Amino acid sequence: MSSPTFIPRTAASAIRSFGYAIAFLATAHLAANRAHAQDTPLISGGVGFFTQTYGGDTTFYPTIEPLVAAPIGRHLMVESRASLFEFFTPGQTGYDHSHFIGLTYLQADILASRHFTFVAGDYLIPFNTYNDRLSPIWISNFQDGPLIANLSLSKTGSGLGGMVRGNAIERDKFSIDYAYYFSARSANEQFGASRGSGGRSTLYLKEARLELGLSYDRLLQGTHENFYGAHLWWEPKDTAFRLRSEYGRGHHAHGYWVEADYRTPAFGGLDSWVGRIEPVFRIQQTFRRDNVVSDGLPSANTQRADFGLDYNLPHNTRILTSYARQFSSTGDVNVWETAIVYRFLFPAWKGKQP
Amino acid sequence: MISKHLLVGVLILSSVSALAGAVHQDTAPASSGETAKHTAQPQDEGEKLFQQHCSRCHNAPDGFSPRISGTVLRHMRVRASLSQHEEEVLLRFFNP
Repeated sequence: MSSPTFIPRTAASAIRSFGYAIAFLATAHLAANRAHAQDTPLISGGVGFFTQTYGGDTTFYPTIEPLVAAPIGRHLMVESRASLFEFFTPGQTGYDHSHFIGLTYLQADILASRHFTFVAGDYLIPFNTYNDRLSPIWISNFQDGPLIANLSLSKTGSGLGGMVRGNAIERDKFSIDYAYYFSARSANEQFGASRGSGGRSTLYLKEARLELGLSYDRLLQGTHENFYGAHLWWEPKDTAFRLRSEYGRGHHAHGYWVEADYRTPAFGGLDSWVGRIEPVFRIQQTFRRDNVVSDGLPSANTQRADFGLDYNLPHNTRILTSYARQFSSTGDVNVWETAIVYRFLFPAWKGKQP
Repeated sequence: MISKHLLVGVLILSSVSALAGAVHQDTAPASSGETAKHTAQPQDEGEKLFQQHCSRCHNAPDGFSPRISGTVLRHMRVRASLSQHEEEVLLRFFNP
């Protein structure tokens, strides 16, 4: 089965790290008395129950991904996300199970202006779009990420250090955003990261609702490898159609994915029972450039097509179903997936009314 | 064995849904603006900004408490590089 997009750290350290975030929440609670009434810290995230049948073996994994965000004053915010899941996998005499708790990120954001936001801590690397924009379980259209999702300098998907991001140019017709970072090497079990730097620039054409982006990473430890990425997103105006795609190229492999989804407003709007149906399609390919398998991509050239049918229930609940056929010289497999995901979002405590 | 696991999963989901139900009772009318995301006819600057900056990545939540609307926007401001003006416009959009 597909592995998650980060390597879970030990439960104790992850709990300790998430405890830091809770401590920040407490600090924010004190600061909130002097802040705006709408700035109460929040607890958000998703909880889901996933099943995957990969080549005949069925795995179950209930998952919780909590997120906390706590503003402190007007220009500072602390946020963190974690992931907790239990795997039930078929064994010799029934089902074995194992659990993981992992801190996904823990960062402080200093909002200087729209042009400059400084991020410090353990952050998601802004390489292409999946890692930092689409990976939460309450956002993904498919329950597993693309095959090239791990293609960047860090296997954890996160960096430890600093990042500056913001809006470089804003015009009526277009805007250009950027995010550039430097990460230190860290073998700390809580905040493991590789030494490297890189970033992403994005052009957004407002009328066409077209987004184009380029990403670059350079590993600055061991063999200095370069990673290149490009993405294209298109959401035509006045439709509920979305097209997303990415291309990534590493030192040893490259690949791409293209995903499309659609909801029709033709039968009573998007909140009707028909409008809540969301067909999803994704096609992806990976290609090896040599035999060094160190980048998380499959060990042989792989092609895969995913056909999904999601249903958007009221109250932030989604049902995700999909069938995929994967072709590779190591063997062709069928992948069946079903999931139900609920997104929660509420204040961390009962505060004063705005 | 599997049915036991399924039962545990259903119980977890039920518990969270019940908790969320309680929270939903306290949600703001902002949800009407939020669910308007897919109406495909921009009504004001706030909705236009929402479509350009927020719904590019995710579907709109059904609703949330007005007490966290500022925090939600601060969270989005980091990711979508919103200006302070845009943050204020979206705040009015969430809290009409």
